[in-house]
Amino acid sequence: MHGQASYLLTVITFLPLFSVAALLVLRSDDHVWIRRIAFVASLGEFAVSLLLLRGFDYTDPGFQYQEFYNWIGPSIHYHLGVDGISLFLVLLTTFLTPLAILCSWKSIEHNVKGFFVSLLVIETAMIGVFVSLDLFLFFVFWELTLIPMYFLIGIWGHERRIYAAVKFILYTMFGSILMLVAIIWLYHLSGTFDLPVIENILANSAPLSSTKELLLFGAFFLAFAIKVPLFPLHTWLPDAHTDAPTAGSVILAGVMLKLGTYGILRFCLPLFPFASHKLAPLIGVLAIIGIVYGALVATVQHDLKRLVAYTSVSHLGFVVLGIFAFNTVAIQGAIYQMLNHGVSTGALFLVVGMLYDRRHTHEISEFGGLATPMPVLMSLFLFIALSSLALPPLNGFIGEFLILIGTFASHHVWAGWAASGAVLSAIYLLWAYQRVALGEVTVDKNRSLPDASGRERFILGTLAVAILFMGIASPYFTRPMEPATNALLQQMADQLQRPQNALKRPAVPAAVAPHAVVLPAAMTERRSRP
Amino acid sequence: MFMLNHIWIILLLPILGAAINGLFGGRFSKAGVNSVAVGSVALAFAAVCELAREFWYLPQNAIPWVQSYYTWMTAGDLTDHPFRINFALQVDQLSVIMLLTVSCVGLLIHIYSVGYMGHEGGYYRFFSYMNLFMFFMLTLVLGANLAVLFVGWEGVGLCSYLLIGFWFRKKSAADAGKKAFITTRLGDLFFMVGILLAFWTFGSLTYSTMFQKAAVMQPDTMTHAGVFTWIAVLLFIGAIGKSAQLPLYVWLPDAMEGPTPVSALIHAATMVTAGVYMVARMNPVYSRAPIAMYLVAVVGTITALFAATIAITQTDIKKVLAYSTISQLGYMFLGCGVGAYAAGIFHLMTHAFFKGLLFLAAGSVIHALGGEQDMTKMGGLRKKIPITYWTMLIATLAIAGFPGFAGFFSKDEILGAAKSGPHASLWLWAVGVAAAGLTSFYMFRLIFLTFFGKPRFDEHHVHVHESPAKMTVPLIILAFLSIFGGWVAAPELAGGIDYFDRFLQPVFTQYAPTHVVSEVSGPSSVGAGMQLLLAVVGIPVILAVVGLLVAWWFYIKNPRVPHGLARKLHGVYVLLLNKYFVDEIYLALFIRPLLWISRKVLWQIVDSGVIDGAVNGTATAARGSGSVVRELQSGNTRSYASWVVVGAVGFTMLLLAFIGMAVR
Repeated sequence: MHGQASYLLTVITFLPLFSVAALLVLRSDDHVWIRRIAFVASLGEFAVSLLLLRGFDYTDPGFQYQEFYNWIGPSIHYHLGVDGISLFLVLLTTFLTPLAILCSWKSIEHNVKGFFVSLLVIETAMIGVFVSLDLFLFFVFWELTLIPMYFLIGIWGHERRIYAAVKFILYTMFGSILMLVAIIWLYHLSGTFDLPVIENILANSAPLSSTKELLLFGAFFLAFAIKVPLFPLHTWLPDAHTDAPTAGSVILAGVMLKLGTYGILRFCLPLFPFASHKLAPLIGVLAIIGIVYGALVATVQHDLKRLVAYTSVSHLGFVVLGIFAFNTVAIQGAIYQMLNHGVSTGALFLVVGMLYDRRHTHEISEFGGLATPMPVLMSLFLFIALSSLALPPLNGFIGEFLILIGTFASHHVWAGWAASGAVLSAIYLLWAYQRVALGEVTVDKNRSLPDASGRERFILGTLAVAILFMGIASPYFTRPMEPATNALLQQMADQLQRPQNALKRPAVPAAVAPHAVVLPAAMTERRSRP
Repeated sequence: MFMLNHIWIILLLPILGAAINGLFGGRFSKAGVNSVAVGSVALAFAAVCELAREFWYLPQNAIPWVQSYYTWMTAGDLTDHPFRINFALQVDQLSVIMLLTVSCVGLLIHIYSVGYMGHEGGYYRFFSYMNLFMFFMLTLVLGANLAVLFVGWEGVGLCSYLLIGFWFRKKSAADAGKKAFITTRLGDLFFMVGILLAFWTFGSLTYSTMFQKAAVMQPDTMTHAGVFTWIAVLLFIGAIGKSAQLPLYVWLPDAMEGPTPVSALIHAATMVTAGVYMVARMNPVYSRAPIAMYLVAVVGTITALFAATIAITQTDIKKVLAYSTISQLGYMFLGCGVGAYAAGIFHLMTHAFFKGLLFLAAGSVIHALGGEQDMTKMGGLRKKIPITYWTMLIATLAIAGFPGFAGFFSKDEILGAAKSGPHASLWLWAVGVAAAGLTSFYMFRLIFLTFFGKPRFDEHHVHVHESPAKMTVPLIILAFLSIFGGWVAAPELAGGIDYFDRFLQPVFTQYAPTHVVSEVSGPSSVGAGMQLLLAVVGIPVILAVVGLLVAWWFYIKNPRVPHGLARKLHGVYVLLLNKYFVDEIYLALFIRPLLWISRKVLWQIVDSGVIDGAVNGTATAARGSGSVVRELQSGNTRSYASWVVVGAVGFTMLLLAFIGMAVR
């Protein structure tokens, strides 16, 4: 915190809700203005969120732009802040939302107002998750993401939307309840919901018993793992994606899955370092299974959207693997891969949605030879697919490479298995691309399909630029992440090395040896209240 | 010093060409597309020449000349290595040779393509991909670290994919492109792990840093030798994929689905040689990993023979050349594997000339016959397309290793090193020589079937015509290079200096283990005159002549012999004709089972059956307990949805209220 109070985070978090208010004033059949206002509002939101970059101190490992007010009683606070880990996730959210709104311009025709209201509410909720430093506040935002997403799938979705929506909400609610129990338990242990304070208390008081910590970790982790989704908790994802409207898929894959990996980084690792280390081998193996399994199952899908959904299982496996390698390079790679996945997979879903707008199907066999009627759209599709299969110098490569380099340092074999994801991703994406775009046009209806419109070119072009930029200029993103990542690892290492633990705790793996980069002063600042 | 200080210009030119043609080429006239595409490569070639000139005057202690542009990747620390990868380019003797070869052959093939692709749709797209390929290939050879090399490495793979599948409406072309990309990616998986291990071992991916570290590590301890071996083997598996060696060569014959200039540029002259370049570039690591070296030599040798045997029976003119390329790449690896890196690179260069020429000439034949690629439907073309005939004959003499032609010098050096070099082994030499005989045979078979005898095509319908100057001039230039390109090494035979070898030596001796250096620079014990005689009438040359004669006997003198032979050795013939059934074996052994497991076991049993079954079972059980819910089910979907949401919201609110109260 830089002394003076800032309201920027509050503004960013709640600006979409204000636009919702504006939308509610409009007549519900005034579709044109509803769309316009929603789009302009989300663009404005993106512009405002860019202000975060201006004042962000890239060398500060702690939370910045902090806001702290009492909210309910003495122990629930309105505490916001961003650090290098959450900064770009906020920007990812504000970047993708306007594109999600733009892609729904024509495809959403009934209940337009409700649709855009839901989208904007989700935006507020997701940003809220990323910037909350109070567990209670965090949980409120966390739950708030579910309801509008449920509506998006259930109301504007495709054939089996109800089944998909119910499955989505049951799965995630199950995790939420566990997390809620854990949060209350933590409150009883520490007397507060404030994250930095809890961290401080856990770090300086007698350590939790091993069982207690494992239970707490497990409750949090399960909630996050469902969200990620980590194998074998992933089966809600293909259904949810297949039946969600395009914008829903973009938001779901682009940002919402990252709530899980973000939660692991923000809560599981710093609060429960012992449990994290103890379970890391299991989680690493599950992540690798997810990488390979997701890719293999994606290969044999005949529904294009389901295929892309399974690729998420594979890619998010990389992220989880990077996190549980416990070193700076891998974790930064994991964070970077969250951004990359948001951009690339979001873009893939957009392409699938554009095909759906034209043909109202996701069946791959209904396509074929589309490069002939629509060369521009298919070229963009290929470019995006290449970024998703981690072709250098596009963004996906940087993320996977950092994760692999980092993981290799702690587990050679893990990295080897994970690297096989690169071959598999080439198989499923190029095969799918061939079946959709190459060859002769097989279905007569496809012969006269229109190529990408100006709006569609703008959407995909923007993402293509982002893909290239993130591949070439990665330090622009990774440098701000570094201090916070180092601090996180330092914090874990400090706890693992506390002398009273030496007897009953497992030995510290070599890979988490303390990183001498972070100054102790920065640590105290990170934990102190503003 | 201008170019040395601005190496990036060499990369900027082709990528600009690719971008301009790719984005706006649809609106240009053909002449516009041509001038952008050929112009950018011509300028790049000029820039490379200027670079080479400036490099010539550079003092040895300024080599390798490295220019670092910006930090491409950075992230924290890894144990004691700060992780930082720069986008940096490097010029040394090896990259100068590669740059000159790539840009020279690349330029000629671009010019040729203007004539060859003139009638094709998607003209601008073709040239955009070609320029993009030049960009990535030049990046590959200019990169100063393994990460930048990998950018080029994957990038050329992408362009290969795009260009093989250029006629994407044809299923076979689209299939071939995909197969090429995926097969090479399989190799790249190991390549990637090799890079990870290299970084873990050396703490850097920059060549000079890695090699300095390698030089001070004690190679005699087991652990270090083990690490070197692992790195070398893993990287080599990547090279096996990229350079189409056993067992990952299967994509290259299929890649002939691409337009012929693409086959010439990517699948003969440049991209497929990237693996050889990489091994030569990483020579300080390979030289410390004798087991890996031996593996390189063995894989190269066996591939050289294996592919040559298949080439004998193929009737598609491009397929013969494809297997020939695989075989010749095997020679290059044999050279590197026995420690004669310079010889491997020498063969890489001469091969780029004569194999590029062979493909372009084959393209000219195909062009003349209106698209026919089957040699059994050719014949008697000698008089009708004389320029094509003569240039192709020169290239054939060069690849067969007839004295005086470029291939003679380079192949001779490789086989010489296999017999008497530091890592020599008699059987490697013997197999290599046998493959040389086969090479001569299948190449002259190609010449005789194509240009001699009576025409076997319908002369009334096919109007045979010599290609335009745009195509023949590159042929003639490459023919000159196929003869004289090897002469830089000629003085050695007369007891003089191999200028090529001497030029490259610093790259291979600077970080070499001490025992290797002494062996390489040891004086030759054979007298000069004797050496010349041995080389000129040596066994490889004799076998080349035998190959020529047998081909002449089979296909000119007595054309029934091959059929009779095929009938007598029916089993062998079928085996060779079907390329040892390798594709079929891979399909049955790997691809089908993988797909079956993915579909039946993983997706339908594990995903939909076990996991979802558990989830849905729980849900059903819960649902069954409440009759209210059952009633709701029958209602319309909207109200059903709303009910669930109401429930969810209510539940959440209750929980939150509960905590709120508890906290107060």
